[in-house]
Amino acid sequence: MVLQSFKNCLWLSCVLRTPKACFWSTAGGGLIMQSVSNDVYQNLAVEDWIHDHMDLEKQQILFLWRNSPAVVIGRHQNPWQECNLRLLRQKNIKLARRRSGGGTVYHDLGNINLTFFTTRKKYERMGNLKLVVKALKALRPHLDVHVTDRYDILLNRQYKISGTAAKLGRTSAYHHCTLLCNADKFVLSSVLKSPYKGLKSNATPSVPASVKNLFEEDASLTSEMLLDAIAKEYALQHQIDHHITLINPADETLLPGISNKTKELQTWEWVYGKTPKFSISECFNMACKDSVLDVKVNMDVKHGRIEVCNIDLPEQWLPPGLYSELVKSLTGSKFCPNEISTLVTKLLRVCPQDDELHSRWSLLCENMIRLM
Amino acid sequence: VCIHRVRSCSSIRFIKSKYVCVFDKSALKFSHQQRLFRTSPVSCGQIVQFKLSDIGEGITEVTVKEWYIKEGDSVSQFDSICEVQSDKASVTITSRYDGVIRKLHYSIDDIALVGKPLVDIEIDASKGVASEDVVETPPMSHEEHTHQEIKGHKTLATPAVRRLAMENNIKLSEVVGTGKDNRILKEDILNYLAKQTGAILPPSPKAEIVPPLRETEAVPAAPKDKARRIPAPVPRPIAFSGKDRTEPVTGFQKAMVKTMSAALKIPHFGYSDEVDLTQLVQLREELKSLAEIRGVKLSFMPFFIKAASLGLLQYPILNASLDENCQNVTYKASHNIGVAMDTEQGLIVPNVKNVQVCSVFDIAVELNRLQSLGSAGQLGTSDLTGGTFTLSNIGTIGGTYAKAVILPPEVAIGALGKIQVLPRFNGKGEVFKAQIMNVSWSADHRIIDGATMARFSNLWKSYLENPASMLLDLK
Repeated sequence: MVLQSFKNCLWLSCVLRTPKACFWSTAGGGLIMQSVSNDVYQNLAVEDWIHDHMDLEKQQILFLWRNSPAVVIGRHQNPWQECNLRLLRQKNIKLARRRSGGGTVYHDLGNINLTFFTTRKKYERMGNLKLVVKALKALRPHLDVHVTDRYDILLNRQYKISGTAAKLGRTSAYHHCTLLCNADKFVLSSVLKSPYKGLKSNATPSVPASVKNLFEEDASLTSEMLLDAIAKEYALQHQIDHHITLINPADETLLPGISNKTKELQTWEWVYGKTPKFSISECFNMACKDSVLDVKVNMDVKHGRIEVCNIDLPEQWLPPGLYSELVKSLTGSKFCPNEISTLVTKLLRVCPQDDELHSRWSLLCENMIRLM
Repeated sequence: VCIHRVRSCSSIRFIKSKYVCVFDKSALKFSHQQRLFRTSPVSCGQIVQFKLSDIGEGITEVTVKEWYIKEGDSVSQFDSICEVQSDKASVTITSRYDGVIRKLHYSIDDIALVGKPLVDIEIDASKGVASEDVVETPPMSHEEHTHQEIKGHKTLATPAVRRLAMENNIKLSEVVGTGKDNRILKEDILNYLAKQTGAILPPSPKAEIVPPLRETEAVPAAPKDKARRIPAPVPRPIAFSGKDRTEPVTGFQKAMVKTMSAALKIPHFGYSDEVDLTQLVQLREELKSLAEIRGVKLSFMPFFIKAASLGLLQYPILNASLDENCQNVTYKASHNIGVAMDTEQGLIVPNVKNVQVCSVFDIAVELNRLQSLGSAGQLGTSDLTGGTFTLSNIGTIGGTYAKAVILPPEVAIGALGKIQVLPRFNGKGEVFKAQIMNVSWSADHRIIDGATMARFSNLWKSYLENPASMLLDLK
């Protein structure tokens, strides 16, 4: 008995530690991998890595992953348009931009992610989603789940439980989808609401949908059960062992170059800077002494930076030199509260030390920053 | 039209044929990729329309979302050209050819049609035009630099050689390998580079026998010595393909430029001293756990800040502000002591408000709050404005003495070095281990004189060297 388990341990460490050539060529036409990490950036980096480095001719790959709370926007989307960034910052929810297209989703540990890797030629989303539905039905035959022609999976013909996105490269492709098992719907709906009224953009908009957790339909279901059921169905269809290989996205030896990919996904330039050009037009009130001012702000933002900035203020409310200084500094800066805060407070050091002026400046700047 | 298939072998042979127009060695290297050639009668670049290939799933149109290149850029085969989107799928379109982009057929957000031209590429004539039936090589993106198929075999090259190729932007496919099994050696990379840059390279370390000089038979056998002569090593030219990069000064940096330019107008003078923190170190050790129970991290800064405030009570001119015309000095009532913080973006200076009415613990709590907000990038304007005096603990990073720049509209700043364990003499003339920290003050000489600064510093120092004395003056 002891010898048997020792042999198993040896085999597992062998699979994980053998040089690339051996590791990737398990018998059969498929490989099922699961991430041990809940970090959205690390997991997205694994997707990139597999897409760039693995040969999918001989075997396809199913990658299973879950994330701690995060909002994930599509490649060509606008985070300001898609979610409430202030709320995200307050609740410490991460924001990530994936490389595939499609709309915005909220991830937490009650949501599972499935990525199907194939060669470009074998890219076929319907088949993958049908596999998921088949797995769900095998697990709970009474579940009313089906795939729509928008590549969503609906529960009871009404509620969306899965959304899809895909990435196609030169020779390989991947299709990934979410599956709501037991996610926090309250947080989901509050973070995926943009506070902007006057935002104009050509970015891909998300299509909002009513969602439901599978757990609400059948309280005996857990994320682990769903992952297992899907892996089992995948193994069946690809005629491979129902064996899930665990991978650690922080392992640079196994996945050389992965830490750079992870870092890139976290840079401001990727998450915010890749936003297509957009413009905002917002109003706010400023209570100043015994009057209330209506201020209108128009800004054009390109690559996440303010290209054009226009603040409609009564004349002489701020000394004209200072106003133009403010506009000049804002132009070219990141549309980011942190950067603008630091900028405007530093500017305050070099203007005349007048309490009245300072309070007006602070009031205006705080309102401006709230727009970001 | 004539099709040539050039075989690759370890020795290169030129194939003479009347159908060959412009065939030189580089074209033969090209042949290593198992492609079918069509000779082109045009002597300068031929414009090829690169069409949008099939996306799959019956998709006929896509939206162009991002261009990675612009007109006039050079591209290599497999370089990314643009990103298009169709129905939740984002597709990276890569170039099929090497050449120069001459025309983009679409702008961002335009609808592009499958099968219609996407870009026009001018192909480099000497390389010929790859026909439609290019043999597809296995997936690799930037890895193109390191792997390429040669007749079905992977390019053999050691990691060091591959790295050299990558650093110099050389495709291994274009280098002729002279090692065993067409293995690419370091010399091959250097030779390739030499041809590109015209540099003179020394011969390989393996002794090459220099062919004897042509001489008449009459000359004696001395030439044999010359034949054996190995040239003296010449320093290898270090091939470096880095480029300068110019960026506009924006945001953070712009603000720094403004502030520091204004600071330059202040005539600074410096005053430095060392402080024996041995007793403070011990005190903090005792109080650290107590603070932790209350959920607060206690560093040395709260002590430094409180001591500074006590000093400012005696020397309020250091907590003042001079107006623009140097007509009036305003003595600020609040001691809002700024703490310089280093973040990813750069230097920020939030301040602790009204230190004169705060206890050391209060200051610690506030510092914790500012530090966590600072590292999360969420400091508000009120935290970043209203400072009257600043301390910069550069010692956490390193250093002993520093010359800090005063942040207008303030008139003084202190830079704290790192705490070092150094030998010092005590009252009895014995050597003991002392915890020494250096402080460097900078002050505005227009309203502050050296004596004032020195006395303030001595008072501050005395509070820290003998923390119990702070108790006497705490308000």
